[in-house]
Amino acid sequence: MNLAAGVQIVSFVILAGMMLGAALGVVLLSNIVYSAFLLGLVFISISGLYILLNADFVAAAQVLIYVGAVNVLILFAIMLVNKQEEFYTIPKRWIRQGATGLVCVGIFALLGTMILITPWSKATTLPFSVVENTIIEIGKHFFSDFLLPFELASVLLLMAMVGAIIIARRDFIPESMARQETISTPLTLPERPRELASSTASED
Amino acid sequence: MEIQLQYVLLLAAALFCIGIYGLITSRNAVRVLMSIELLLNAVNLNLMGFSNFLDPAEIKGQVFAIFVITVAAAEAAVGLAIILAIYRNRNTIDMEQFNLLKW
Repeated sequence: MNLAAGVQIVSFVILAGMMLGAALGVVLLSNIVYSAFLLGLVFISISGLYILLNADFVAAAQVLIYVGAVNVLILFAIMLVNKQEEFYTIPKRWIRQGATGLVCVGIFALLGTMILITPWSKATTLPFSVVENTIIEIGKHFFSDFLLPFELASVLLLMAMVGAIIIARRDFIPESMARQETISTPLTLPERPRELASSTASED
Repeated sequence: MEIQLQYVLLLAAALFCIGIYGLITSRNAVRVLMSIELLLNAVNLNLMGFSNFLDPAEIKGQVFAIFVITVAAAEAAVGLAIILAIYRNRNTIDMEQFNLLKW
């Protein structure tokens, strides 16, 4: 990014304000659908911050994965468990919330002082050592020194996919419906393949 | 006046604290997952700041951030599946009523 420093700092301030406001909205709003959409705004703001920090590929990946996949997944979950339930009031709940707020402000103060008093050995030789194309550099890292974590990530994604399908599958089917399905529609995928196979085997 | 490393780190710390507050105080289980996403994004912002300001020659922080994004996607999928399973069992998503293993 060869923008002027003023433009950089102004866009940083705008993106930071947008991100913090949307994050507060995610946590504090009572309507969960508004929270989900504000979460998308948080992700988009963070993607803009990544572009300011010379990370264009990760910004694109952030928009694709978080806004495109995770946020949509959360919206689907909200639709699937859409139950307008009134949470019963817990006595002394405000004490819990106040204590949590105090702890969080304390953590922020601790981290802030740590950040401000640490002498970061800043690399001042930015202009001639910055990488030109981040995609090529990330690809080199992926296929040379981060090859094993890269392959493990694919295995992890496969495991997460299979696990999510197994966990979220509907277990309960009435016996009559299951028996009907085995007879009438052989092309539909049964909900519980293992039990259905065993029952047909026992019938044979 | 340019963007310093401290600004990015302070911003990430603020986002992290907001995420922790939401993680502890929210009663809706889906909102807890959203707070975890906020925490992971704060960590990613930290990694990206370090990658840009301290290690601009070989950007290993961006590689780490991509791994964190991968793990976050897997975590969101499995977490939402767990919430769906709990909702079918208990017929509620109130975090205060998920106390089967508590006492």
